[in-house]
Amino acid sequence: MSLIEINDLKVHYPIRGGFWNRIVDNVKAVDGVTFNIEAGETYGLVGESGSGKSTTAKAIIGLEKATAGTVMYNGKDVTKAENRRKLDYNRDVQMIFQDSLSSLNPRKRIEDVIAEPLRNFEHLDKEEEKLRVLQLLDIVGLDADALYKYPHQFSGGQRQRIGVARAVATHPKLIIADEPVSALDLSVQAQVLNFMKKIQRQFGISYLFISHDLGVVRHMCKNIAIMTRGRIVEVGTREDIYNNPMHIYTKRLLAAIPETNVNHREAHRKHRLEIEKIYQEQQATYYDQDGMAFPLVKVSPTHSVALPPELAKKFEQQSESKGVNV
Amino acid sequence: MVETNTDQFLNIKNVSTAFKINGQYYDAVSNVNLEVKHDEILAIVGESGCGKSTLATTIMGLHDPEETKISGEIDFEGTDLLKLDEKGYNKVRGAKIGMIFQDPLSALNPLKRIEDQIQEVMVYHTKMTEKERHARVIELLNQVGIEDPDRTAHQFPHQLSGGMRQRIIIAIAIACKPDLIIADEPTTALDVTIQAQILDVLRDIQRENHAGIILITHDLGVVAETADRVAVMYAGQIVEQGTASQIFNEPKHPYTRSLLRSMPQRDNESDDLYVIQGMVPSLQKMPKQGDRFAPRIPWIPASAHETEPKMHDIGDNHLVRCTCYKDFYFPDQVKEGAGHESN
Amino acid sequence: MWKTILRRVLIMIPELIILSILVFLLAKAMPGDPFTGSINPRADPAQIHHLMEIHGLYDPWYQQYWNWVVHLFHGDLGMSYEYQEPVVDLIQQRGANTLWLALFTMVLTYGIGLPLGMYAAHHEGKLQDTLVRVYTYVTMSIPFFVVLVIGIWIFGYALNWFPTSGSVSAQASGLGGTMLSRLDHIILPGLLGALFGTVNIVQYLRSEVIDAKHSDYVRTARSKGVPMKDIYRHHIFRNSLLPIAAFAGYSITGLLGGSIFTEMVFSYPGMGLLFLNAINFRDYTVITALVLLYGFLNLLGTLLSDIVLSIVDPRVRVE
Ligand SMILES: Nc1ncnc2c1ncn2[C@@H]1O[C@H](COP(=O)(O)OP(=O)(O)OP(=O)(O)O)[C@@H](O)[C@H]1O
Ligand SMILES: Nc1ncnc2c1ncn2[C@@H]1O[C@H](COP(=O)(O)OP(=O)(O)OP(=O)(O)O)[C@@H](O)[C@H]1O
Ligand SMILES: [Mg+2]
Ligand SMILES: [Mg+2]
Repeated sequence: MSLIEINDLKVHYPIRGGFWNRIVDNVKAVDGVTFNIEAGETYGLVGESGSGKSTTAKAIIGLEKATAGTVMYNGKDVTKAENRRKLDYNRDVQMIFQDSLSSLNPRKRIEDVIAEPLRNFEHLDKEEEKLRVLQLLDIVGLDADALYKYPHQFSGGQRQRIGVARAVATHPKLIIADEPVSALDLSVQAQVLNFMKKIQRQFGISYLFISHDLGVVRHMCKNIAIMTRGRIVEVGTREDIYNNPMHIYTKRLLAAIPETNVNHREAHRKHRLEIEKIYQEQQATYYDQDGMAFPLVKVSPTHSVALPPELAKKFEQQSESKGVNV
Repeated sequence: MVETNTDQFLNIKNVSTAFKINGQYYDAVSNVNLEVKHDEILAIVGESGCGKSTLATTIMGLHDPEETKISGEIDFEGTDLLKLDEKGYNKVRGAKIGMIFQDPLSALNPLKRIEDQIQEVMVYHTKMTEKERHARVIELLNQVGIEDPDRTAHQFPHQLSGGMRQRIIIAIAIACKPDLIIADEPTTALDVTIQAQILDVLRDIQRENHAGIILITHDLGVVAETADRVAVMYAGQIVEQGTASQIFNEPKHPYTRSLLRSMPQRDNESDDLYVIQGMVPSLQKMPKQGDRFAPRIPWIPASAHETEPKMHDIGDNHLVRCTCYKDFYFPDQVKEGAGHESN
Repeated sequence: MWKTILRRVLIMIPELIILSILVFLLAKAMPGDPFTGSINPRADPAQIHHLMEIHGLYDPWYQQYWNWVVHLFHGDLGMSYEYQEPVVDLIQQRGANTLWLALFTMVLTYGIGLPLGMYAAHHEGKLQDTLVRVYTYVTMSIPFFVVLVIGIWIFGYALNWFPTSGSVSAQASGLGGTMLSRLDHIILPGLLGALFGTVNIVQYLRSEVIDAKHSDYVRTARSKGVPMKDIYRHHIFRNSLLPIAAFAGYSITGLLGGSIFTEMVFSYPGMGLLFLNAINFRDYTVITALVLLYGFLNLLGTLLSDIVLSIVDPRVRVE
């Protein structure tokens, strides 16, 4: 059984307008997203700005109310606040934010920053608490003298690790990392990514890893979902997505990753422009009249794609006939 | 143009820029030598805080003279920019050198229409009539790939997406067909797909105008895709300089090699990434002498470094600072080193 | 934009109704009755009872309220018990006086405050800036009425440059003479009021301009080759004046309420003084009318500044 199952999750924001400021429409920030995260794995959620990644994350953790759909955790739907309370959900699931500086209270010392979740969920006395905070600092590779410093006295990478320390304080089962390294330099990024992997090995934590950087996602995630306009257009293993992308949106995203091999520069550029042309031409067929992606179709046991109905039929028939054969 | 016979039209000689901090001056850029030719993209790469933006704003003359001390010579088409007064500089800025800034969200005046903001640069550098300027605005918006120029020209910045605003800033920078375009992290705030489009736009414009471009970035992928030549900057100094293929195919300086190795790549999928120990020193903590990168590769013996590291031409204009690259190797204990940092 | 403004105006209606009910109930809740104090204390209680009845003061509150509202719409705010004049007339006279003083003060305040604020910001960190800041700090640290008292003492009594009470002198004749006399009466209180009012504007504008000066869009303008003085004109001043323009809409209605301090010290027959006297004499009708008016002016002020903002700021204008 999966650690957490997100089922047809929707988050719609009302748009107010007209004379009386009534709700005239909805921004479908998340519009029917389904995926599961297994224990101990890193699940990648990728998409361009505004595709609904952060909203999905917030809905899963309960910061944003789900308009529809369920998030099943230990057999209970945690979109409901009372279930979250019963399961101690907010202790098991933690979040790391993109901008570590603004997500850490600037007037609190690191000791208090890290101890905060402990104080919320565990009733330790002063001694025990301090011991735990020191342990956590050690885990993230910071000296004990960090205890009495303030967030602005750290470098970006160190701050991000403080965010991680706080997130792992309560021994969570799942950490939702919303663009944890997007604001960081290469060398600092490497530091944080290595570190996240290390504590995963150590404590068996699962991650929902949100990013628009496909290079980083390839490095971190075994299973990946590609999101656009509030829906998932393609899900698969790393190999499925990177070696056999089938949705044009995925192809376009992959083609846009800068190639680090200078020798293939021109070829890569040609390839990208070709894909862009195809994307412009086929865009209409890959989205419905409202510009939304089609339902996902299984093209292999691990790989699902939001194919247009005609293409989808082919695959459905194939898988049916296969089903008969087996 | 007179300069066409001499290719290189920007020659930065021994430029240092120091900021005043608590009454003392500290170098953010130290003795930089660089040149830019027509029709070429020179990329400057390095971690955050290495002095890339400071160098760019020094060329643009945007520093407050009371807070900074600048020395050296910036020879641009036969004049030394550093000797110009404000009035002389204003004839260069916008007209001969255009600049693109990192943050498209704040770089435009929120209260002015796009059209006015683009026209402004022409008002000061051309004798065009209002009508001609308008025509040029539409032409520029087309050129940078804005789909509905007439409508966009009438809009305000807050009505445009980040990618569109960055295009507007490019349109402003190229409005007067400058010979040099300085792009300071033009795509850092943008998605990969938009990033690719913006880089295409820049490249097309450069081909058209025969401009030279200084592209500042910390994204090595962007460099590999676009740059003709690359200068790697560390702690205010250029540590390696060469063609893109020299830098990516035969990197020499330990810093360049370390940066390249810390990138997530196809062939190191599940391994730990290489982490450069320590961090870029702050201006006050800059080592006064010796190799500035030495503290971050402590396993390389001091004897491998020069006491006064100089740039060495190792052939075909491939320049490397210090001789330590000859003895450099990556420690084998990469895995243990990862995630630990000396504070 | 018109839609936004209209909607804002419509929202004001329920606000006004609630305001008027509150004001009415508040007036009713005040202790004492309007006749205590204004009538011979040995007056026959039966007579008082009779008076109360005539004025409908024994009716249930909602009926009294309704009567009051109906009268309100007929431009009838009742009679002042103290002045024995219709409240509307009273407010008209006093309002006119206050209006002149308010306008004069406002013109002076902005006339001095804006250039001073810009000047200080332009010379950020230099001697000029320091001087302006010393001025603002000193002015801020002295209580307003002390400034008024010292002002009237020096310029009114000691130097005898300006009149020390009233709004127009009895000897003034003809339109021109009256106007001059009126002006003469408002110069000193206006100046002193402005001296005080500028402080906020100077400080606010100064910090706005300094922020704008270091903003990214100014850096962009500089890299276009726009001379600094033009950047000030076209970018910095315009952008930093915006919030002040919006605030001006609000502050004009505030000034219309009349400054109680100024009017008291200068015995200037304006709204502030009227209010003060009305409270002293429990002049219910006047108090109710004035509180209602102040509330209304407040709502109007917010509306006005919203409208100004929606005109000058494209981020609000374009929706
Ligand atoms: N509170 C809100 N009210 C209305 N719309 C919102 C709100 N929050 C987000 N949206 C809209 O929902 C969509 C998805 O936003 P979201 O922040 O989830 O995107 P994202 O994928 O995280 O993008 P990014 O990469 O920029 O962080 C966007 O179109 C956004 O404008
Ligand atoms: N106005 C200033 N006063 C004092 N120090 C400054 C100033 N501007 C920059 N610095 C310092 O100079 C150094 C170089 O800064 P610079 O902005 O040039 O770096 P950068 O390479 O552009 O970094 P990034 O990638 O973060 O933009 C940094 O240590 C920075 O803190
Ligand atoms: Mg987001
Ligand atoms: Mg920079």
